[in-house]
Amino acid sequence: MKRATWLVPTLYIIFLMLPIYWLLNMSFKTTNEILGTFSLWPQRFTLENYITIFTDPTWYMGYVNSLIYVTINTLLSVSVALPAAYAFSRYRFIGDKHLFFWLLTNRMAPAAVFALPIFQLYSAVGLFDTHLAVALAHTLFNIPLAVWILEGFMSGVPKELDDTAYVDGYSFGHFFVRIFIPTIAAGIGVAAFFCFMFSWVELLLAKTLTAVEAKPIAATMTRTASTSGYELGLLAAAGSLTLVPGAVVVYFVRNYIAKGFALGRV
Amino acid sequence: MSKTVNQKAWFFVLPVLALVAFNAIIPLMTVVNYSLQETFGDNVFFWAGTQWFQDVLGSERFHAALGRQLLFTFTILIIEIPLGVAIALAMPRTGPWVSVCLVLMALPLLIPWNVVGAMWNIFALPDIGLLGHTLNALGWDYNFTRNPGDAWMTVILMDVWHWTSLVVLLAYAGLVSIPDAYYQAAKIDGARPWAIFRYIQLPKMKRVLTIAILLRFMDSFNIYTEPFVLTGGGPGNSTTLLSIDLVKVALGQFDLGPAAAMSLIYFLIILLSSWIFYAVMTRNEEW
Repeated sequence: MKRATWLVPTLYIIFLMLPIYWLLNMSFKTTNEILGTFSLWPQRFTLENYITIFTDPTWYMGYVNSLIYVTINTLLSVSVALPAAYAFSRYRFIGDKHLFFWLLTNRMAPAAVFALPIFQLYSAVGLFDTHLAVALAHTLFNIPLAVWILEGFMSGVPKELDDTAYVDGYSFGHFFVRIFIPTIAAGIGVAAFFCFMFSWVELLLAKTLTAVEAKPIAATMTRTASTSGYELGLLAAAGSLTLVPGAVVVYFVRNYIAKGFALGRV
Repeated sequence: MSKTVNQKAWFFVLPVLALVAFNAIIPLMTVVNYSLQETFGDNVFFWAGTQWFQDVLGSERFHAALGRQLLFTFTILIIEIPLGVAIALAMPRTGPWVSVCLVLMALPLLIPWNVVGAMWNIFALPDIGLLGHTLNALGWDYNFTRNPGDAWMTVILMDVWHWTSLVVLLAYAGLVSIPDAYYQAAKIDGARPWAIFRYIQLPKMKRVLTIAILLRFMDSFNIYTEPFVLTGGGPGNSTTLLSIDLVKVALGQFDLGPAAAMSLIYFLIILLSSWIFYAVMTRNEEW
């Protein structure tokens, strides 16, 4: 029984990889081959789909746009969440619990509920079709999450650390930047990872808030269905490329994922 | 940990408050406005009172969508939570395979949601998809675009594929935080694997599992993009979950009043259930 335990994660990972393999497989086929024959690997291996994406600005700019707003969103969410999480973990103030729960409720709000009014709001303030609009809109669910994660990590740091620093004559700002932030670096990494993840995968709001200039890759993909029939090969190649940023990020934080969850309250 | 009372802490919270309020309160008030008024276009509005709420609460269509939503959320929780815990328990605690497992398992979480839908679409199509083709070759007349039962199975399978890893990661984090001394004590007492699970591992995972259930509940209730791309809510209305139905009403038919009322009812259901669950699970803790 003990010997067979490795089988469970292995089978699960095979199950996870199958659809991904199928997507990669299709991305190296021509659309004709996809529709014409069923084969477990490409019969006539082609890079044509990828070449199309990397030479056509309307395609590759989609990736650039997505990466821009995801980066802005991650930086913004984590930097405003830091002081707030500190306040929640160290101080008691009027309405703190209510505020904390209210923040979390925004993590629960269905994007479908907010799509239309958020579109009207960002149009009214003249931010429609900018990277900033998507980055700001995504703070709706990323700030609560970042505050939640960081608060957990900060509560794991003994308050004596703060007190010692003040006794040693550190100002608050100095202490926060020089001592406290390095102490919870792992927590910041985990929070940034989650902000990146949820901003990267979200489409409904990103699509609603953009038209041309800031159009995310995920929205660009929907056009393969409309132009010249169903360009499945191209769709598969574009989809495969959206796996890359996630894979890179997860590789960098691999050592923090398990530890990170455990150290913090999350 | 004892906390100091300090009202100035509000200044630390202010940036967060301003940003979230901008994104949440203004749109929410817009929705509340729409939900209480009738419009015939041209920005002319009439007071409609609670008319829309009564309409939505009494409508067969809303009941059907809510029923499907509850069935979906219940099914994926029943599958994903035990499966995620089982996988986390079977995973190695140390060694080079830990990183490999974690990276590969986290991968589905980082794929844009419409790509997940598109990926499963071409994976499950009966003629060109690996899953669809294999099932048909095995003699099962599988076609998720025609048969509601198959569509349901595919949507559930897709969600299990997409999100079980989140439960695994959280449960695993809970497990690795258990000190070795606990296991040694259990060994001395001659505890059976089931007893170790029931009295050591499960209590230690309670906090992360609460978070896992809460996140999976909220997110499965909000699910839109993946089933929309995979099945478009069909065949017929068979996989039209609440968000898909809502977008159909709001953007497809432009019935802003009923859509807004439906939004608020929908949001309140999530809010209330999450709050009850959270309150019950954390009732013994400080907060």
